[in-house]
Amino acid sequence: MLLLAPPLFAFGLVYLASLVALLVSAFWSVDAFTTEIVHIWNVDNFRTLWDESAYRTIALRTIGIAAAVTVTDAVLAFPFAYFMARVAGPRRRALLFVLVLLPLWSSYLVRVYVWRLILNQDGVLNWALGKVGLPDAHIAYTNVAVWIVFSYVWLPFMILPVYGALERIPDSLLEASRDLGARGFLTLRKIVLPLALPGLVAGSIFTFSLTLGDYVTPLLAGGSSSQFIGNVVYSSVGVSNNVPFAAAFATVPLAVMAVYLLIARRLGAFEAM
Amino acid sequence: MRGIRRTRVLAAAVTAALCVPAAGVGSGQGLPTSIGKGEGQLNLIAWEGYTQPQWVKPFQKSTGCTVHAKYAGSSDEMVTLMRSGGGSQYDMVSASGDASLRLIYGKDVQPVNPALIPDYKNFIPALKSPPHNTVGGKHYGISLQWGPNTLLYNTAKVKSKPTSWAAIYDAKYKGKVTVPDNPIQIADAALYLSKAQAGLGIKDPYELNEKQFAAAVALLKKQKPLIKKYWALASDEIDLFKNGDAVIGASWPYQTNTLKAAKVPVADVIPKEGATGWADTWMLSAKAKHPNCAYKWMQWVSTPKVQAQQAISFGETPANLKACAWMDKLAKGTCAQYHANAPTAYFNSIRFWKTPVADCGNGKKDCMDYTKWQQAWTQLKG
Repeated sequence: MLLLAPPLFAFGLVYLASLVALLVSAFWSVDAFTTEIVHIWNVDNFRTLWDESAYRTIALRTIGIAAAVTVTDAVLAFPFAYFMARVAGPRRRALLFVLVLLPLWSSYLVRVYVWRLILNQDGVLNWALGKVGLPDAHIAYTNVAVWIVFSYVWLPFMILPVYGALERIPDSLLEASRDLGARGFLTLRKIVLPLALPGLVAGSIFTFSLTLGDYVTPLLAGGSSSQFIGNVVYSSVGVSNNVPFAAAFATVPLAVMAVYLLIARRLGAFEAM
Repeated sequence: MRGIRRTRVLAAAVTAALCVPAAGVGSGQGLPTSIGKGEGQLNLIAWEGYTQPQWVKPFQKSTGCTVHAKYAGSSDEMVTLMRSGGGSQYDMVSASGDASLRLIYGKDVQPVNPALIPDYKNFIPALKSPPHNTVGGKHYGISLQWGPNTLLYNTAKVKSKPTSWAAIYDAKYKGKVTVPDNPIQIADAALYLSKAQAGLGIKDPYELNEKQFAAAVALLKKQKPLIKKYWALASDEIDLFKNGDAVIGASWPYQTNTLKAAKVPVADVIPKEGATGWADTWMLSAKAKHPNCAYKWMQWVSTPKVQAQQAISFGETPANLKACAWMDKLAKGTCAQYHANAPTAYFNSIRFWKTPVADCGNGKKDCMDYTKWQQAWTQLKG
């Protein structure tokens, strides 16, 4: 207990204190002319967030794309992780591990810029489409591009926990299922999926929260209607010097994540991590 | 509350510290009449490209002032940086007109004495006491360089040379238009409307009453479906034009030069409505710790050769008329290319960025201030 005290204290100071500071400053405001923070309690920031439809749109877009990215990654990761955990031999498994982790060795920014090169008007995608006689795709600088890039960059964070969950399923359960006459699909549905669910939920915490808090990908890959909550927070602080409003908007993803984590705990995600 | 009190104490301490030493440049008691010995350091907030080694190195060598530059990406960021850390962290900022008034009225910068800058007398008359850095006869800084926001287009895709800003609001270029991600873009819409809808009575694109402002924002809302991307960095726009994602848009001469150098078929034009533009000023922080080095810097960057170097390096027009000869010496033809010998008519065709304020001189204080511009821009992008 005594040994735990220093790290706990540091944790409390770094995480909780900054959260408290965030919540408190959300109830202050900024003088329009001098942009100095006015320390008078009010809920104007939250009222603006509620009244202005633009901020609702931005919040819903952020949550919507985060959800889409999570589902996409889950669908892509499951068969891949299943192959890694239960089909591939040790050598091939090691190779696949390296392949999954390889993108993480390069800079996040490089990977986003590479997608710009692939998707843009004169890029690799349209070049390839042209070769096979298909019309150009107009994906660059749209929310579809944002969705694709996010799904790509967060995929490893979904594969690893799902792999962990699948690997832990005892062979005896699958054999028992087969002995009792269940075919492959029924076994998948009744045995594998329920046991893999905590892994999927654990992975979804990563993909969902990472997307929810990001602002670089929407900035670089997004188009004229691609602002995320993070972009508004960033421009409120760095551009308009309006820290209270940024803090108020930052409480939205915080609340969303709190709800998400409560549901995740119910589904047993924390045991799979 | 404690935060405020501490800042005040700190501010008082800094002011006291500045008054005590027998420095040549003192702040707070009138303008200095001579420049003392350099303090050895100079902390700058600058646009990227404004502190290149080719003119910073000789400055450091001759004055002993070591330059520390922090690049800012936008005018708003410059204002925020100047106010961070109590305001004494940076000595100077290369503020554009849309930041300079905010800094003056926010008391973040102090008046300077142009008599201490020998090259000041060679500046084009319009930049000696421009309204964006001179208030009530006091000079809050020394003008540096200026340039227009141009209409950039791909000559292979846009067949006939556009002559009006109407081109960037034209549905014919749907999904191929790009404009800066900057609230001041509302002024570009207002400038176009001042000619296209004369009935609105827009005299100055930065002084808009509620009705005029609403009309400009409505035009930008109509433009939004045509926009491929609102560009934040010059390199973003260069990418868009290089890769065929945009064929027309609002730009700076810098992008045109870079794209031409990369053999992309582009040209730029100042349309018949005129153009918005920037005029930058080196401003001195109200709590500058190194005022002598700051004055030496203002002297240095105003000299014809340094003015010419910066103009060519960045692609803008120097304030110093004597820079023209140096520009042609450094790179033949650049004086005419960057309008350093331009007639006053060219200067007058540009409506320079300035901070929109509520009290816009019509006595009614009914203009939309910059906070409104920022809000409208955020909501427009949505």
